[in-house]
Amino acid sequence: MFWGKIAIFTQDIFAFFFSHRVTRLFLAKRRKTIYVKDSLKTGLIYGGGVLVGAVSGFFGGGGGMLCVPLLEAYGLDCKRAHATAILIILPICIVSASIYIANGYFEWTAVLCACIGVTLGAVVGALALDKLSSSAVALIFAALMIAIGLKLIIA
Amino acid sequence: MTPQHVIIIASALGGLIGGMGMGGGTLLIPLLTLAAGLEQHLAQAINLIAFVPLSVVALVIHKKNGYVSFKKAAPIAVVALVGAVAGSFGAKYAGGYVLRSCFGAFLTALGVYQAVKAIVEIVKRHKEKKLNTVCHSKRSEESAM
Repeated sequence: MFWGKIAIFTQDIFAFFFSHRVTRLFLAKRRKTIYVKDSLKTGLIYGGGVLVGAVSGFFGGGGGMLCVPLLEAYGLDCKRAHATAILIILPICIVSASIYIANGYFEWTAVLCACIGVTLGAVVGALALDKLSSSAVALIFAALMIAIGLKLIIA
Repeated sequence: MTPQHVIIIASALGGLIGGMGMGGGTLLIPLLTLAAGLEQHLAQAINLIAFVPLSVVALVIHKKNGYVSFKKAAPIAVVALVGAVAGSFGAKYAGGYVLRSCFGAFLTALGVYQAVKAIVEIVKRHKEKKLNTVCHSKRSEESAM
């Protein structure tokens, strides 16, 4: 009876220390991985930000399409990512456009014509968005983009 | 058809795609260079300028709907501005031909990414439809909402 109690007591003590150690080890490990993950994430966010800016500046567009997946990785849902991407792209556009204009790439008639066309097209596109199956349209435009991209490389 | 008309039609096509929210500028630039025969740098400048009024309107609408997250945008926007200044000065020193072929490669990569995304979505929707036809329970009501 007595020895049995002692055995149970020692067992409890061992269990306590052992479990305590294990949890501490586990916690430390987990904290480390979380830390690594966090720093990786911030690196990704800032690196991605620089990349988005550089691509938009260098190619004069296309940063938005990189920005959306980046924001989704940052923890925004699809709609919010799309809306916030515009907010990020807008100052980039203004700065890059002024640098382009300062470098002499500007032509009044072409810019005016393009502005009229883009506004008309955008209104029609925004209105038509609800009436079309968006993924099918996206597939068609993806094919178009690949074709044009290949043509640009070859030409 | 004067060149101005061609520019208007090409940019209307680009704006149409932009209004649908999928890479408007990326298609506007090749349309302007290939169809309207503009120089690559000029086409890029036009795309950047034309995007500003468009995005202001879109931003106001999104802000009203509460979709814009300033807090998450701020760090990326600041860092991206630095990249943008570097990129636009870099574009000046890259020749038109280099810029064009680089842009072509970039566009192809984006197209592949977009295609994969669209196909995944189509497959997903197809599977959901199948599930819905199998069981007409709560699931169909939820997906309908």
